[in-house]
Amino acid sequence: MNTTAAAAKERKLPPRSVRGAAMRGVVARPGQEAIDNKGWLRAHKWLLLRRFSQLGILALFLVGPWLGWWIVKGNLSSSLTLGVLPLTDPFLIAQQLAAGQWPYREALIGGGIVLAFYLLLGGRLFCSWVCPVNLVTDAASWLRRRLGLKGGKAPAARTRYWLLAFVLVIAAATGALAWEWVNPVSMLHRGLIFGFGLSWGIVGGIFFYDLLIAPRGWCGHLCPQGAFYALLGRVSLFKVTADQRSACNDCMDCFAVCPEPQVIRPALKAVGQDHPLILDADCTTCGRCIDVCGQDVFRLTTRFNRSES
Amino acid sequence: MPARPGGGAGMLQRRAMEDQSTPAVRKPAVPPARRRFLKDAASVAGGAGMLALGVGLYAKQASALPATAIRPPGAFAEADFLAACVRCGLCVRDCPYDTLKLAELGDGVVSGTPYFNARAIPCEMCEDIPCVVACPSGALDRALTNIEDARMGLAVLIDQENCLNFLGLRCDVCYRVCPVIDKAITLELIHNPRSDRHAMLLPTVHSDHCTGCGKCEQSCVLPGESAIKVLPIRLAQGSKAEHYLRGWEEKGAAGGESLIGDQIELPVRGLEDKAYGDTRVGPGEGPQGRSEGAYAPAAAPGGGLDSGWKP
Repeated sequence: MNTTAAAAKERKLPPRSVRGAAMRGVVARPGQEAIDNKGWLRAHKWLLLRRFSQLGILALFLVGPWLGWWIVKGNLSSSLTLGVLPLTDPFLIAQQLAAGQWPYREALIGGGIVLAFYLLLGGRLFCSWVCPVNLVTDAASWLRRRLGLKGGKAPAARTRYWLLAFVLVIAAATGALAWEWVNPVSMLHRGLIFGFGLSWGIVGGIFFYDLLIAPRGWCGHLCPQGAFYALLGRVSLFKVTADQRSACNDCMDCFAVCPEPQVIRPALKAVGQDHPLILDADCTTCGRCIDVCGQDVFRLTTRFNRSES
Repeated sequence: MPARPGGGAGMLQRRAMEDQSTPAVRKPAVPPARRRFLKDAASVAGGAGMLALGVGLYAKQASALPATAIRPPGAFAEADFLAACVRCGLCVRDCPYDTLKLAELGDGVVSGTPYFNARAIPCEMCEDIPCVVACPSGALDRALTNIEDARMGLAVLIDQENCLNFLGLRCDVCYRVCPVIDKAITLELIHNPRSDRHAMLLPTVHSDHCTGCGKCEQSCVLPGESAIKVLPIRLAQGSKAEHYLRGWEEKGAAGGESLIGDQIELPVRGLEDKAYGDTRVGPGEGPQGRSEGAYAPAAAPGGGLDSGWKP
């Protein structure tokens, strides 16, 4: 009786889903069931929106130097939009303060605006919707899945918080923004706008680190800037919920595409919590789990909506 | 019963302790979950610490600035500058002459910080100093409102062997292009000992007016490297010898009163009828003018100090 139920469940699993592929010994194509069920466009909705946001923000910075339309000047570290709106990365201001420097009013106002935005809406929205390194690590992750690369060793996911602490300690000890010597996030964005030099090496290093050594190693385990924004996201508004979790067929596709897979289980499988809300601040709210789920288990909501249907 | 040395009493004690706590299961001193957590935390923190330490050492090592890389006007001293500059490039964007560049990795300048190379494009010394106005981070000093107060570096006529003016020509280009002409660079006239009949006009930089804009370095006519270069002030200037007082400055500051009081005025041989200190000798003056005839030692008829010696 039990075996027939298991067989029925296995039959229900789409053949190219992560678990189905593992059973049949083929390379997994997570999201195939979602494409079959919902159509390609709906199965890539959040991914497309996210790429639009990432590339759109980059384009706003690039049309100045390329076409002379100065909408935004500067880069993600600090910028001036339309000559009036200052925006500054609060992670940099934190490093500056640790190094013993007090920035000008514009930087403080700009840092305050950015801080408030991510504090209210979602800390790691920066990582998945703005940061250019996400394009690199997503590409590495995609290639890893397509090539069927298994294994690898990533450092503990908590390493980034320690690194964040040490970044501030090192800034205080050296009296300089030491992390900015090597920070791939600011380096990639600055390189795209102002010219790379040898920064390609650091970006390429991250790509190959994620591809060959540590799955989701940079964004998911090491990046102290991501850790900084994750700390901001502890109280933020937008959250993904697994409110249709009763429909889950255990295909594992969401785990395969999620950049922070450890955040799904508590909500989806009710481990350590009752409600279906993904409240873990490590969640980047990228929405890729919503895309690839053929059963429409996930959707975007606010942190106050704990209902389950 | 085989007695184990020293074992009996201890075992009994331990048995008694176990009976008091949960029976059968022996608890280790630290629970395994906590032990694993501590071990993990130590390795994670250690790894992150090593990485951060590497970054810190690299940053310290790589913060040396090449002598030809000049910071924008108003830049604070290098250590403070590197603590403040967020590498946003807003100063670069607002520089109307494309003078400023953001350093790329491999340029030898801290990656992402603004600098310029005076030989390529010097600072044009805009009156409104837009780069300083644009800086949000506090790396450029907004107290700088008059560009002539800027001290980006100091021009040094570094190669006197190839400078055309030192060769006796009247090139003067560095002097002519200087935005603070006749104050930051003057032409000092001296005798040309090689020809013995010409003058040399030597371009001379004065640190109290030179802004370090680099116009002189850019316009030096020498092919390739310039004979006059803008250097960071710490390289261009020696430290002041504070323990030596400059008598002439002290005298000026004290309203003409010398530090060492009035000195005894001793007559100068042959210049008795001139004002004290005036050693200029005109034609027909001096010892030659007095004794036209043959050399006559120590035959001064009217007394006095003139020995009649002539070379």
